[in-house]
Amino acid sequence: MKYIEEFRDNKLAKVITANIKKECQDRQYNIMEFCGGHTHAIFRYGVQNLMPDNVKYIHGPGCPVCVLPINRLDSIIDLIKQENVILCTYGDMLRVPGSDKNSLMKIKAAGFDIKMVYSAMDALKIATENPNKEVVFFGIGFETTTPPTAVLIKMAKQLKIKNLSIYCNHVLTPSAMQSILDMKVEKGETPVMIDGFLGPSHVSSIIGTTPYEFVPKKYHKPIVIAGFEPLDVMQSTLMIIRQLNEGRCEVENEYTRVVKKEGNKKAQQLVAKYLDLRGTFAWRGLGYVKNSALKIKDEYSQYDAEKKFNMTESNTDDIKGCECAAVLRGLISPPECKLYKKICTPENPMGACMVSSEGACAAHYSYGGLLE
Amino acid sequence: MSHGGGGKASSQLIEQIFFKYFANEMLCTADDQASFDIPAGRMSISTDSHVISPLIFPGGDIGSLSVHGTLNDVSMSGAKPLYMSAGFILEEGLKLSLLEKIVKSMGQASVDAGVPIITGDTKVVEKGHGDGIFINTTAIGIIPEGLDIGGDKAQIGDKIIISGSIGDHGTAIMSSRENLEFDTTIKSDSAALHHLIADMVQVVPDIHCLRDPTRGGLATTLNEFSRQSNVGIDIIEQKIPVKTSVKSACELLGLDPMYIANEGKLICLVPANKVDELLKLMQSHKLGKDSKIIGEVVAEHKKMVTMQTQLGGRRIVDYLTGDQLPRIC
Repeated sequence: MKYIEEFRDNKLAKVITANIKKECQDRQYNIMEFCGGHTHAIFRYGVQNLMPDNVKYIHGPGCPVCVLPINRLDSIIDLIKQENVILCTYGDMLRVPGSDKNSLMKIKAAGFDIKMVYSAMDALKIATENPNKEVVFFGIGFETTTPPTAVLIKMAKQLKIKNLSIYCNHVLTPSAMQSILDMKVEKGETPVMIDGFLGPSHVSSIIGTTPYEFVPKKYHKPIVIAGFEPLDVMQSTLMIIRQLNEGRCEVENEYTRVVKKEGNKKAQQLVAKYLDLRGTFAWRGLGYVKNSALKIKDEYSQYDAEKKFNMTESNTDDIKGCECAAVLRGLISPPECKLYKKICTPENPMGACMVSSEGACAAHYSYGGLLE
Repeated sequence: MSHGGGGKASSQLIEQIFFKYFANEMLCTADDQASFDIPAGRMSISTDSHVISPLIFPGGDIGSLSVHGTLNDVSMSGAKPLYMSAGFILEEGLKLSLLEKIVKSMGQASVDAGVPIITGDTKVVEKGHGDGIFINTTAIGIIPEGLDIGGDKAQIGDKIIISGSIGDHGTAIMSSRENLEFDTTIKSDSAALHHLIADMVQVVPDIHCLRDPTRGGLATTLNEFSRQSNVGIDIIEQKIPVKTSVKSACELLGLDPMYIANEGKLICLVPANKVDELLKLMQSHKLGKDSKIIGEVVAEHKKMVTMQTQLGGRRIVDYLTGDQLPRIC
């Protein structure tokens, strides 16, 4: 695979490892990789055990399904049961646990019509093929998956499709980062010191690098936009360590082959045309975060499933004993959760972090046994 | 429904389709059972029900797969398969032309394998109660004297051989599913491996473990060996053969070829002093030409499979949990 294998080359990995070892001073380097894609790469390729002992990755909340609060999932499950709609969803979402050990996978097994799709456009096709049924697309993800949802609204309008709506759960990366940096440590919690960030990869290809300027400016932490391949992660780690050692703190871009400073203007315009900021939105682990999510603009409300079906948010608590919230904030590592591996496994996840291969717990479970 | 009623229509279906393509003396006597003499020694039996969508896929179909899959299971004991049975559950509305195509392919696979289907059964269920066609096959075989192959027989120091590239079958199936059509040249590796195995056990009778990494893929089979034999297993990612087309498709979908099904590959654990001889033999065989040594059995980390990654790092290779789900981001 041209242009992929090169970024997994072990000879280059050795060179970067040597450079990191040379660069490291006698201090701790705590680096939060924001995205689940990075978490996955770190575990999948065994990056952590190539690092010196004083370089530690803290797994951030950038896993789309992990941060969706339980009540948002419960709401859509209620809708499926009541209205008998066809729900189109990305695969990751299927196993995420809702209340009462429910999940979309279980609802599907009970006979409700849930279709796993690979593209938002599949929902358009399904709506066209089922004119007598209401089709709902489960819009989820960070800035990367938002433009396709905007395109879906555009196409539905253009083709005058009336039986399609979107359950919009798209969230914004910079506000989540800010929320982590603003986090107040509660009694009994050990404060986590983040020295620098590996910045989002695919998200930044859409939004560019400017939205992260507040990280060095306001919080004085270096951030390096990093690709999802293991050498990207390693090179970016080196760049963060260098910034720290040199007393610099700025937004640097390691992923220059994809990410431009201004991002993808066309995608940004599409999103701006169809979607609006939400005043506040609940994140699993972070609680309500101001201006951290998107909703469908009022003028396109016929495509907004929440309005079309008068959906209400239930008040449900996270699963008892589940420490996803602490894991997502980097306060504890997955094995420190009492449920981890005992009753919470990828087959039967209690918390969302155990669902997606991008989730910190699932990555730890599948690949991290040597670290425990 | 009349084809499943047991009357004239049933017998027409049997004669016109099944007898035609499975033609052999034992089947065509049309008794309720087949009888045969058995040689002395140990026998091996395995049964497998085949349900797959789509029914016809690049490189095969449910018919040939139902022959290959069960023959492979029985021959992983080192057995030479002798006979097969076949049970069909047909969904009302299944086109006879499609059934004929599948049965023809199944008959051809049985002829190619040299293992006749000597007894069978057909049932028809109402529309909506099946997925076109389900096929159950059973195979029996005889294990040559002196073999002692099993998942619990791995010894520290054994070398691990895979007979060719992994992930072909599962990726071919995915590429032809309705909601995920993508252009690819990937074909299923569906094949009967008993001829290869017969040659292998003749040259190296003290093969310790043999298994075909079907559902759950290479990673799952290695984990099974490590648990059954209470040993550790170390593999080297770069040695594992994966076709570029399979790698690319997996990359695109966020899947791991280590967990994707194969239908024409085997994994073999063999004493280190026999590995070169066996590898050479396997590579000279059509179905083993891409065989590679991918790792070894170790005393450390019992019941655990670890991998030296392509990057040079180390990690665990665990069982597949649930289905592999494509990632969002």
